[in-house]
Amino acid sequence: MNLAQLNVGRLHEPLHSPRIADFVAGLEEINRLAEEAPGFVWRLVDENGANNTGLHPTGDPLEIVNLSVWQSLEALRSYVYHTAHLDYLRRRRDWFVKLRHEHMVLWWLPVGQIPTVPDALARLRWLRQHGPTAAAFTFHDPYPEPDTLAACP
Amino acid sequence: MEPFEDAALDAVGALADPARRALYRYVAAAGSSVGRDEAAGATGLTRALAAFHLDKLVEAGLLAAGYKRLSGRVGPGAGRPAKVYHRVAGEHAVHLPPRDYPRAAELLARVVEDAGLDRELQAVARRVGESSTVDSVPLALAARGYEPDYDGGAVRLRNCPFHALARTYPPLVCGMNLALIEGLLAAAPDGPQWTARMDPHGGGCCVSLKLKTIDNTGTLSP
Repeated sequence: MNLAQLNVGRLHEPLHSPRIADFVAGLEEINRLAEEAPGFVWRLVDENGANNTGLHPTGDPLEIVNLSVWQSLEALRSYVYHTAHLDYLRRRRDWFVKLRHEHMVLWWLPVGQIPTVPDALARLRWLRQHGPTAAAFTFHDPYPEPDTLAACP
Repeated sequence: MEPFEDAALDAVGALADPARRALYRYVAAAGSSVGRDEAAGATGLTRALAAFHLDKLVEAGLLAAGYKRLSGRVGPGAGRPAKVYHRVAGEHAVHLPPRDYPRAAELLARVVEDAGLDRELQAVARRVGESSTVDSVPLALAARGYEPDYDGGAVRLRNCPFHALARTYPPLVCGMNLALIEGLLAAAPDGPQWTARMDPHGGGCCVSLKLKTIDNTGTLSP
């Protein structure tokens, strides 16, 4: 099994504004770090092929998403918290609004499968409605890699 | 269930003996496994006495023991693996009368996290660092339990004083920690020589420091 991850962030201001400049300037390095991280499998990119900030699948122009696949929960956790990505996260409130609901969801999927954006958003909605379950969980309440997969009913 | 903090009292009680305390401090500071000969040599104890006390520290749950070939040789003739010791990851805290600050810290951290108050926390941490009385950066870091480890002009901090909270709320707590250290640098007479940055690695504190006058190759810049 692989682990899929969706993160939704709501920017304080549009990407081109000065307040968000440091975030934009760091994207290339942060994405490169992810792709070179042990256990990285795949991440969503827009038509530019470099990043995914041009995608606003929630319909809100200030919301950007991050969708990726990893070989394990530990691989994702290592990248997120034990690389220079942590320094980026430290500044999250400079750029992103604190959402009242969960902003990140994790789920297991078969090796070789790539998650779709609609399915990922459905998982996030499921998490927000039902709390952590095998079909949609969080870093704080992880579910172990299963023998069979759970879907959002 | 044991009375409150009995396990911690047993662990800390094992350190009442000065020889044992010296051994514990030596092993903890070593950062890697320590053999009986090395520990005895460093503390001025006989090998037999050092071995006795080291094993007492293992019984108390403060150190863990393993076996390792220290000769560097392998195969027949390399000798038996030697017993080596390292500090365990578990924490022991004693408060008399009983206090439970970790639980309060966890509750407060959860609220700060949920409210998204990262920047407010960093601002307070920086101010607290800035208003500290600091003789020097190395002394200030050591006094606050960071266990600084010097490697030329770079300093790694082998211990995270906020370990449990940092594991649960990494961006929040590590951001607070960096701001606190930056504040200490601002307060220290030798602070302007140093830079601190987020530099996570396996274990220890996620912040590292560097002497500004030393570049990446370890040579002094003019």
